[in-house]
Amino acid sequence: MDNKSQKENPSGSSRRDFLKKSSAITAIALTPAIAVKASDLKLDEKLSEAMEQMPLNIEINGEMHHLKVEPRLTLLDLLRERLKLTGTKKGCDQGQCGACTVHVDGVRTNSCLSLAIMNDGAKITTIEGLAKGNELHPMQEAFIKHDGFQCGYCTSGQIMSAIACIHEGHADSETNIREFMSGNICRCGAYANIVNAIQEVKAGGKV
Amino acid sequence: MNNFQYTRVSSPAAAIAELSKDPTAKLVAGGTNLIDLMKYGVMAPDKLVDINHLGFNEIKKDNGTLHIGATVRNAVASGNADVLKYQPLLSQAMLSGASPQLRNKATMGGNLLQRTRCGYFYDISAPCNKREPGSGCSAIEGYNRMHAIFGASDTCIAVNPSDMNVALVALDAIIMVAGPKGNRKIPMADFHRLPGTHPELDTTLDKKEIITGIVIPDNHLAAHSTYLKVRDRASYAFALISVAATMDLEGSTIKDVRLAMGGVAHKPWRLTAAEEFLKGKTASLENFNQAAEIAMKGAKAYEFNAFKLKLAPNTMVQALKTASGIKA
Repeated sequence: MDNKSQKENPSGSSRRDFLKKSSAITAIALTPAIAVKASDLKLDEKLSEAMEQMPLNIEINGEMHHLKVEPRLTLLDLLRERLKLTGTKKGCDQGQCGACTVHVDGVRTNSCLSLAIMNDGAKITTIEGLAKGNELHPMQEAFIKHDGFQCGYCTSGQIMSAIACIHEGHADSETNIREFMSGNICRCGAYANIVNAIQEVKAGGKV
Repeated sequence: MNNFQYTRVSSPAAAIAELSKDPTAKLVAGGTNLIDLMKYGVMAPDKLVDINHLGFNEIKKDNGTLHIGATVRNAVASGNADVLKYQPLLSQAMLSGASPQLRNKATMGGNLLQRTRCGYFYDISAPCNKREPGSGCSAIEGYNRMHAIFGASDTCIAVNPSDMNVALVALDAIIMVAGPKGNRKIPMADFHRLPGTHPELDTTLDKKEIITGIVIPDNHLAAHSTYLKVRDRASYAFALISVAATMDLEGSTIKDVRLAMGGVAHKPWRLTAAEEFLKGKTASLENFNQAAEIAMKGAKAYEFNAFKLKLAPNTMVQALKTASGIKA
């Protein structure tokens, strides 16, 4: 996904680029009278926008959003680029690192491999949605206490995954925690401390 | 990622109509493989047809036969009580693949259609007959450590990356398919194909067809089964070699046995000759070793994957030992 063009143009991609690629638009453009008129009036831009944006109703951290998005926008880019919820991180952007993990209807998901439009009607929880006011979530507290990070880049994803790991019933042993946290890579190697944090939260019984 | 049109369909007929209307349209359910490939530019469909609302999300039991809908998530199927009871091999194989997050999204039908993880298939600057027919194969003379030792051709030596598929072929699963001409059933062993001269085709599924579900017939294999996966790290990596081994034992006599290998071929590789050898014999290390020797007949390695010629039979023997429970 081209982040640069997203920033320059909040509604999505380069319009010209889309025109070149859209067969539907090409078909219309082949009709000379319409094509000439459209180009004169700059209607091509409006037309392509109407066709590429789709309505999306999505609840994020308890707040409803009524949006229009391009089909190719990922849930991760929606969160970060459109809604400025930058707590969810973009690591590999290919489903290999887990930094982008969020909960979709309570289920942990790689937001980088999920199209935003396919989450219509879903309830999303991101790292920003965990704390209650100034009170951190027990998993956030435990990560701080056990030093479950160094650089912190993978931490949002680790915490979202760790909470789900307990909910799924996969946090009953160190072996299982390591297996069921394997979708979250930590280049700093804080794994031992992350396991400790999860075990403490699991034992505390609040999650 | 190129932009594309997106549409949701509410019936299999509508999905088939979309595929018939637009040859570049692709079905999407979990999207964990397709969206990744679209980001790399390996695939660029003009239209995505969302099939998550077709009602193919149930697991039903008919006596001991399981019917698993095409859009059931891998995480749901692997944790399902009936799957665990009747087909533990399938659950174990699925849990050894990908990560919890990916299994939460990835579907049964999507996993069947998972594309190869050959690095040259993903690298759009490299020739690849699977991605671009006729352009050549970069892997045959390239870095082919992950590649096939069985059934490859001079156009493609890629392997099928799925763990689930290895279990399904061992369990004689049947793939339920709907298309413009009606419904049909494809035996799992015939669902994936060898590369031959058309490596761009992974399966025998027609472009206008849609997978509706997977049927796994009842068997007497649940008590003795294992999926052994050897990989570069302990979790979340593709198989170098994997073996699905499951058998019906009467005392120490093998009444029935199923064996399949992953990480070795363009399709999940059923080891029928080794099965035939073992049927009626005693579960013993000696017989397992002989079976492994039979299984490896015709294997051919390339520059960087010769280690598989030893790793494959060793993994098979270890899997047979675990499944049968013999100590030796």
